[in-house]
Parts: sequence; C-alpha cells; structure tokens
Amino acid sequence: MAEQKEHQNGIPRIGFYICHCGSNIASIIDVEDVRKYVATLPGVVVSRDYKYMCSDPGQELIAQDIREHKLERLVVSACSPNLHEETFRNAAAKGGLNSFYFQMVNIREHASWVHEDKAAATRKAKDLARAAVYRVRFHQALEKRKVPVDPNVLVVGGGIAGIHAALTLANAGKKVTLVEREATIGGHMALFDKTFPTMDCAACILTPKMSAVKSHPNITLWTYSEVEKVEGYVGNYKVSVKRKPRYVNEDLCVGCMACIDACVFKEPKFPDKFNQGLGKRKPVYIDFPQATPKVVLIDPATCIQMKTGKCKKSCADACDRKAFDFNQQPELKEIQVGTIVLATGFKTYDAKRDALYGYGRYPGVFTALEIERLVNASGPTLGDVVLRDGRHPKAVGIIHCVGSRDEKTNKWCSRVCCMYSLKLAHLIKEHSGAEVYNFYIDMRTPGKGYEEFYDKLLAEGVHFIRGRVAEVTDWAMTPEEQGKLVLRVEDTLAGFVRRIPVDMVVLATGMEAQADAGEVRHKFNIGCGSEGFFQERHPKLAPVNTFTDGIFIAGACQGPRDIPDTVAQAGAAAAEALVLIDAGHVELEPNTAHVVEEECCGCKSCVPLCPYSAITLDEAKKKAVINEVLCKGCGTCVAACPSGSIRQNLFEDDEIFSEIEGVLAQ
Amino acid sequence: MKYLYFPGCSLKGTGKAYEESLLAVFGALGVELQELEDWNCCGATAYMSVDETKSYALAGRILALAERERLDVVAPCSACYLVLNKTQKSLQEHPELHRKVTGALQAAGLDYKGTVKVRHPLDVLMNDVGLDAIKQKITSPMAGHKFAPYYGCQIVRPYATFDDQHNPVTMDQILQASGAECVEYPHKTRCCGGSLTGTVPEVGLRLAYILIKEAKQRGAEAIVTVCPLCQFNLDGYQDAIAKKYERVDLPILYFTQILGLALGLPAADLGFKRGIISAEAVLAGR
Amino acid sequence: MPLEQKLKYEAERDVKFANWVTRETGGENLRHCIQCGVCSATCPLSLYMDYTPRRLINLAREGFKKEVLSSLTIWLCASCYACRVECPKKIQVTDIMYLLKRRAIQEGVYPRHFPIPVLAKEFGRMIFLFGRVNETLLVIDLFLRTNWFRFLGMTRLGMNLMRTGRMSFIPEQIKRKRELRKILAALDAEEQKESAL
Ligand SMILES: Cc1cc2nc3c(=O)[nH]c(=O)nc-3n(C[C@H](O)[C@H](O)[C@H](O)COP(=O)(O)OP(=O)(O)OC[C@H]3O[C@@H](n4cnc5c(N)ncnc54)[C@H](O)[C@@H]3O)c2cc1C
Ligand code: SF4
Ligand code: SF4
Repeated sequence: MAEQKEHQNGIPRIGFYICHCGSNIASIIDVEDVRKYVATLPGVVVSRDYKYMCSDPGQELIAQDIREHKLERLVVSACSPNLHEETFRNAAAKGGLNSFYFQMVNIREHASWVHEDKAAATRKAKDLARAAVYRVRFHQALEKRKVPVDPNVLVVGGGIAGIHAALTLANAGKKVTLVEREATIGGHMALFDKTFPTMDCAACILTPKMSAVKSHPNITLWTYSEVEKVEGYVGNYKVSVKRKPRYVNEDLCVGCMACIDACVFKEPKFPDKFNQGLGKRKPVYIDFPQATPKVVLIDPATCIQMKTGKCKKSCADACDRKAFDFNQQPELKEIQVGTIVLATGFKTYDAKRDALYGYGRYPGVFTALEIERLVNASGPTLGDVVLRDGRHPKAVGIIHCVGSRDEKTNKWCSRVCCMYSLKLAHLIKEHSGAEVYNFYIDMRTPGKGYEEFYDKLLAEGVHFIRGRVAEVTDWAMTPEEQGKLVLRVEDTLAGFVRRIPVDMVVLATGMEAQADAGEVRHKFNIGCGSEGFFQERHPKLAPVNTFTDGIFIAGACQGPRDIPDTVAQAGAAAAEALVLIDAGHVELEPNTAHVVEEECCGCKSCVPLCPYSAITLDEAKKKAVINEVLCKGCGTCVAACPSGSIRQNLFEDDEIFSEIEGVLAQ
Repeated sequence: MKYLYFPGCSLKGTGKAYEESLLAVFGALGVELQELEDWNCCGATAYMSVDETKSYALAGRILALAERERLDVVAPCSACYLVLNKTQKSLQEHPELHRKVTGALQAAGLDYKGTVKVRHPLDVLMNDVGLDAIKQKITSPMAGHKFAPYYGCQIVRPYATFDDQHNPVTMDQILQASGAECVEYPHKTRCCGGSLTGTVPEVGLRLAYILIKEAKQRGAEAIVTVCPLCQFNLDGYQDAIAKKYERVDLPILYFTQILGLALGLPAADLGFKRGIISAEAVLAGR
Repeated sequence: MPLEQKLKYEAERDVKFANWVTRETGGENLRHCIQCGVCSATCPLSLYMDYTPRRLINLAREGFKKEVLSSLTIWLCASCYACRVECPKKIQVTDIMYLLKRRAIQEGVYPRHFPIPVLAKEFGRMIFLFGRVNETLLVIDLFLRTNWFRFLGMTRLGMNLMRTGRMSFIPEQIKRKRELRKILAALDAEEQKESAL
C-alpha cells in the first residue's frame, strides 16, 4: 500500500514508512489510517505501510524508493531505535542517502504495546509521525567517527563466569586483567562439594581453571581488589582499581601457612566467612587450601597487632620469606582497556527476612549455602552433616522457594533452587542416612539430564510434598514432635494440612542481585532491571551486551542461572569482546556537541559540568573546546551554556523546535 | 496529649476490665481520652459477612463523628481497630465504594473527608508517650513476673501499621518497661478462634488450648493480651478446655492491667476482679 | 454404600460466578493463585474445613459455584488474615471468604443449622435495632435459634460472667438511631436502584 505525490516546493522530499510488526503494531494502531494521514503532510512524497519493515524486502523497499522518488529524507514508524535504528540507517545508505537524513518513530513500545484504546493509540501514532516529519526536514548529513579499540580486556568478578571469560580471552591471545573483590577467585562454586545434575566434584572441575588463571601469561590477577572508577568509552576505557591491603606481600608469600600455625591464637576463634560462619578462623587465614592466589591475609578487625600494635607477631616471625607487612596501604592502580566483562555474580536471599521460618531463632534452621559447606568433604565438619549442637539429624526438611516466587520479597523464580535442593537432598541422605523431605511449589527441572536427576531422587525415597511451608515452630502437639522443629504445610496433592517434625530445616534461598549492584552499574554506566540484576541489551538477541558499547555481562549478575548457563554466557561475552577487538576500531555516533566559537564568551560554566571531562578552555583564544572523541553527546553543556553557543549534532535547535511544533500541530 | 476514645461494644460488655485499666493507665500517664459521642458498633467481622457496603457505612459513621473533633482516635479493641483502618483503606482504594458510603452518610447529614487517624493504645504509648516517659513513672515494677505477650491477629494483620507483622514487639517492650519478663512465645500472633469459639466451640477450644498450654510450658504465669475477644476466649473457656483436654488454669490479663500495677495503681481500679481465672499470683504482695 | 460420582463436566462450571468474584473488592487477583497452599497451612481452622482455603480459591476461579457457596470453609474462616499476609501472590483470601459468605447468604445456600451465618444475621439485626451489640443477648439469641441444648451447657460460663460483672441483659443503645437507620436506608435504596438496572 502506498500513497505517492509530487514534489513540494522548498521542502525536502520525505519518504514515510509504517511497520505492522506482524500484529504487534497493527492490532492496536490503524496503520493504513496513519499512512494515509502522513501522506497529506507537507514534504511527504511517499507513504507506505508494510508488514515487517526490518525484513530484507522492507529495507529494499526503502532503498528503491530513495532512488526512484529521489527521496531526501526518511521517517520510519516502527519499534524502538535501540532495535532497528541501525537497520534503517543502513537502508538509507543503500539507497544512496546519508544515514542521518533519517528519523525513527517508536510506535510499538511507546504506543501499541502500552495502550488499549485503539483510536487514541492511532492518534498518538499520527502525532509522533508528524513530529518526525517536521523534524527530519532540518536533519543534516553527518558521518560516524572511527576510533581504535584497545585490545586489553578487564574482567570484573572471579566466579566461574569471570574465570571462564578471562581464560577464553587469554587463550585468544588478549591481555586480561581479572579483578576480584574477595581474597580468592572461585565465587560461589568454590563453596560446593558437588554440582548437579552430574554430581561431579566441584573442586575437581573448578580448581584446575583457577590455577590456569593464576599461571596464564596473559592474565593479571588482582584479588582483594575493587574497581574505583571507569572513564572513557568503547575501545578506550581508563579504569582505576583499588587493591586492598592483605598485610602480607602477595609476591613473597607461597602459602605454606606456617604463620597460621604460629599465630598467638592457639585455636581458631573468629567466625569463618567462607564457611558461612559454621567454622572458625584465626586473624591470619586463608579461605581454603586451594584458594587462588594461595596467599594468606590478615583480618585487621581481629588481629591484635592491627588493633593494638602490641602483639608478639609470631606469625611474621614464622614466615621465612619475610612476607608480612603490617603497614601495607591500599594501592590505586590505573589500567587502559578497550572492553570490559562484568561477572559480579549474585548473592543469596537473606533467610532472616522470612520470620516464620525461624532462621536465626532456631539453631536447627540452616541456609542452603551452609549445608553446601556441611556436606563438603573439605568443609568445617569434613562432610559430616551435623546440627549446631553436634547431633546428627534423623529427619531433614528442605523448603524450596525461600525468597523466590513471592511478591512480598522476590517475584522471580531463582531457577537453580529446585535442582540444588535435589542435590542437597541426595547428599544429606548419603552423608547422614536421614529421612529427607522436599517441600516444593512446582518442581522445575528444565535442563539436560535434570529431569532424570529428579527421577533418581524419587527412586531414592526422598519425600516430595507439594506445598509451601507456612511455619517452622518448636511447639509440639504429639509426643513424637517433642524437641523437634515442626513444619506446617498443606500437602496440596493430598488436600490436607500436615505437621512434619524434623531435626534440621534447610532453606533453599533464592538468588538476588549483589547488594552493591546499583553502585556497580552506575560506575560502569549500564542499566539494571527492577529486580536489580544487570540489564542485557536484548533478552533474546543480545543477552550479554549492555546498552553501553564495549561492556558485556556474564553469569548470575544478569539473572539467576546455573553453572552450565553461566559458562555458556561467559564464553559468549568473551566472543563479543573479541569481535570488537578484532575489528580493530569502532564507529561512534556523531551526536557530539560543538562550540560556535564566535558566540562563546569563555565563561567556563560548561567545563566542570561535563561528566566525561571532554571540555577544556583554549587559554589563548579564551574559548571552550570540546574533544569530540570524549564527548558522549549527553547534552548537559548544550543546555547549560548561558550564551547558547554550544550546539549538538542531531539535537540542533531547529530540529527540536520543529519536532515540538509537529507534535503539537493538528 | 488528648485523643478521642472509641471503646466499641466489647469494652462496655465482656471486656470491661480492659476499659477500666486503660482509662486508669492513660490517666496516670497524663493522656486525656474523650469518649466519642454517640458511637455505634463497628460491625466487627460478623456484619462484613452480611453486607459489605453497610458494614463500611457503619464504620463510616464512626469516622465521620470523629472527624468533627479533629483528634486521633484510639481504638483499643482489635476488631474495631482493624475495621476502622480497613474502612479507610477501602474507601481510598475503591472509588465506587467511596461514593456509596459517603452518599449514605450525607443522607443522614454526616460527612467524611478521610482525615481521621485511627491509633492503637500500644501505638500511642510507644510513639507518643514514649518508653522513657513510661519508665519514669513506674513505681512498683513487676520484677520477677513472667508473661506470655499475646497480640492475636487483627492488630498486626493485614496491615502492619506500627509493629512487625510476624514478630510484634511493642507490648513486649511495655511489659519489660514495667519490670516484667516476657517468655519466648512464637504464638504471639496466632488466631484465638475469634467468634468461632462461641459458635463452634470444638474448633475454638483447640486453638485456645494450644495457646494457653504453650504459654504455660514456656514458663508464663499469665497470658497478656491486647484484645477483648482473645481475653474472653482464653479466660472464659478454661472449664471447657479442662473437660476436653486438661486443666490449664492460666490467668489472661490485659497489658494495661500489668502496666497499671507497675504504675502503682490499685488493683481494684484495674478490673482484676473481672477475670474468671483469678490472677492472685500476679497480685501477690500488692 | 452409595458411590459418589467425582467426574465433573465443563457444563457444571459457572464462569460468570468466577468472573463475579474477580470483580468484587478483594477478589481482583483471584486468578494469580499458584496453588502453593501456604494459606491452608497457615490457617488455624483449615483442619476443620471441607475444602482448604487453597482448594476453595481454585474451585472459585474454575467456577464451581455450588461447591464453593455451600462449603463449610467460608463459615469456619475466623478472619484472622494469616492467609492474606502469607500469600506469595498477595491474594486477599480473607476478603474472598467474606464476599463468598455474603453471596451464600444472599442466595440462601448456607448450611441451615450452622450457627455462624445465623450469628452474622442476628448481629446485623441487633445493630439495626440498637446501634450497638450486646454480647449476652446475641449469644442467647443465637443458641435459641440454632441449638438451645448447647446453651444449657454454657450456663457455667454464664454464671462466671455474671459473677465478674461482665454480663448484662440491658442492651446499650445509641441516641441517634434515626441517623444510623437513614444511612442504612440510603444504601438499601442504592441497592434497589442498582438491581433495577
Ligand atoms: C546453594 C547453591 C547451590 C548451587 N549449586 C549448583 C550446582 O550444583 N550446579 C550448578 O550448575 N549451579 C549451582 N548453583 C548456581 C551457581 O552458584 C551459579 O550458577 C554460579 O555461581 C554463577 O557464577 P557467577 O560467576 O556468575 O557468580 P558468583 O559465583 O557469585 O561469582 C561472582 C564473583 O564476583 C565477585 N564480585 C562480586 N562483586 C564484585 C565487584 N564489585 N568487584 C569485584 N568482584 C566482585 C564475587 O566475590 C564472586 O567471586 C548453586 C547456587 C546456590 C545458591
Ligand atoms: S497462599 Fe495464595 S497463592 Fe498460595 S494457594 Fe493460597 S491463595 Fe493461592
Ligand atoms: S483469614 Fe480465614 S481462611 Fe485465612 S487463615 Fe484466617 S481463618 Fe483461615
């Protein structure tokens, strides 16, 4: 369908295209009506609607029209520019038109998807199209800028995602800096004894990769470190990293642990964070024997020397490599990289928030991570499943969906808890012989070999009760319940409420965004969804990209997922970084600001406002100068300049004003 | 400090001890209570089962009368407290309901704009009077006494306005300020059976029995409550409980009675004689 | 022993009823229920119910009106709001119980000799008469209407209440009963107008 007419004097020849997007747009917006209406607007010589503008034939249509009708400007009403602006710019170029003689109108996310009233949505689509038609007249021909990409990569977070991404990149010959906040890499996976569904030993598959990271000539590993500041843009990031003091020289320590034996505390006394507080450690410690790097550190909060300066320092004496340095200071390092992979992982839900499950009140209640340590052969009990008072549990209840699928806390399904609960059920039964009950709402086992794993557990005689537990209490109604923790649950498949006495309760806590995810995302200038996880560029088609070019995300920082998916994603993120590196350069949007020299009065108001430090004052001329490469086109200076002498490509005054005029016109 | 006082039907009937002790305690703490003139029944849970709009309108009349006085309303009975709060929330959230209810009120020459604040005595004591001020007035602390603080359902559910929904603590703090000790009582907010105890006793008795038995087992010498219906159910049916389960004999008191004793008020002014299960042990030496 | 047929045909469902529930205050998100059963598990009375609250929710949204309205479940609900607070989908189970009770009374399908609906109605009558409720009179009335035999078993409680001065046979009354009745009458008129539509 098309409307065509002759050239109108003075106004560039405009082609307008409206997309049905299948039924995404056309089911709410009367596209034909919009098409006919736009055809009547000044300057519009072609107006068409088409089922999928982004398809090859759709793009070809545009290119052909440009040639045949000598189009000088182009407007496409379709989806978000995030998705297809590039597509239509290319179509314009194919037809021989400068890509920036084009304006895109989003009538899907901004109209058809968010409105129910068809007439009103159609009216809105017309208003938006009119605004674009008015605006596009003033567009100017622009060119993209090319800048080189620094081949070095920063990976943040040393869980399995960060480890895998770093190794992939390093194996491709790129120099990688891996920054990990904790004293060792490994992330959550380092806590596990076995991994579902194959039940292979977590350490056996993880530690070789950890030591590969440590010894890889292309990887610089900075643990106990955090990124402080990120500046620059795709291909050219300047990153400052803070290295926290361990009070032990990392280059000298070989991890013999003689110092730990020698510490004036004869027995470990302080709660051991790595073991989820179930074990104890000394002020000088190492998280676990295979920690990478294998270097001890001192906890200044518990070390006598650090607190009072009055200790025998028997640890330091015991070190024949003289690695101790009680005066070590934090160090700030600066690196240049072209791309960044964020792999900062997740945290588990705080079980205390579900008051009725009694975590923190009843000693028999544990979190899943605590149980991971208890069943671990190298954990605080060497794999013995015991209660906090040393007794062995005879019956254990595992409650699924704690802090998941709950609008009061976290709405989402955490994806891994069903599977890890099956894993823990198996391990607990194997290690303790206890009767094990799983309380689930829906059993979710989508994955290769996962359903088969569930079958195995069913056959092992683990109880599966479909119902969300209401409460864990210590009050008994029958003699068998005396001294036990009683779970009250509706056995929804049976249709009645049951009271089940157990000795140990395991809370399958869900996955949440890291507590500092908000800060981290600001630091790296990326987005996050309402649940707090980092936002991917497109949920299906760009799952590891972010809206900031050159910054990629991998693993559980993007959303709950298990190890297989995490590793796949880490590989993908590495590949995306390699694409940029191997292309050698990137093209930047020409939407930068520039100073009209004659009008600038040299007041310097703009200089401190620029978030990217792109503005300087030319002292000789007393005029502001904007570095095009650093400018991100945020427009802050444009709005702030008191003399109105800063302009911005794609946001020129006449473009904006006529757009406003267009949207308000009838 | 001055408030409107909405006693509700129970505090004038089976819950007289609550009214007596509440008035005495607030008086001793210098808090003035002015009884709402010509108040009507809030409708409680029963009327809501018959007619929704009318039941909101009943509460609406109370709120309209209160609005004229420009004072916060203190509603000591849990059912009244909930109904009044719920009415305000529902009127805000459902325009159609709001239209009907205000229309009916106007037909009787009343008007409600939605400005009344409904407060619980615990809320007033904690947040307006303050624990410190209370502590200063304690003259005969309840040292050595152990109680099970029992909040029941409707003051923390469904809206938790001044305390935690699962583990409320305001009454614990007030009892502790009185010098008493609180036993760990996970049954704090469990249901007492409400009006069911009267209508289908076999159902209510079990709930009451569990509550009393557990309080006793945890070392409490009395259950202390904030709700006249809870008090009635737990206090009134101990004979029946004895017949069906076992003899429990645990006094069921209002928190205002304990606080009153600690403030040095005479037991006679605090409605102690109204308990069916006598509270002699609590009163010993006073 | 007669066998009961458990098979249900689609024709037995009343979809209108389900839709009605979702339009009433409190019933809006009925269909969000994931049947987790935490409502039943937390409910202090589910052990006596013919359908647990979870099952009732499912019956209601599937439109099994007869089962829902004639159930004991709705009358055993004590309005303690435990379910509503625990529900992971924020379903207002207690309010749904209320709206089902009202509908059951309207349609006259509540269990006849079960005292609770009788109490509810009696409560309403007393408010209309006096503006306030006298618990003593309410209870006497209730037992006389449902099970006066049980009333005799309660004399001990009655005596206790007399002894402690908590029982009174004289109803408390409000002064401006006309004002209250005007309010109620205005709502009756409103309702008539609505049903005439
Ligand atoms: C109890 C439990 C059992 C599980 N069992 C299994 C299983 O058997 N099989 C399976 O496939 N999956 C399992 N999972 C899921 C598995 O843990 C995750 O899929 C996996 O850990 C995700 O890896 P990650 O690297 O993305 O995140 P993480 O493991 O969380 O690693 C993130 C790393 O980044 C670091 N970091 C965070 N923020 C920063 C920062 N700002 N700067 C620097 N570093 C930072 C952290 O210290 C950490 O080392 C389980 C999960 C739980 C909770
Ligand atoms: S608690 Fe809520 S979601 Fe769960 S079964 Fe009950 S109504 Fe449904
Ligand atoms: S409100 Fe009713 S259904 Fe819900 S838990 Fe309480 S008694 Fe049960």
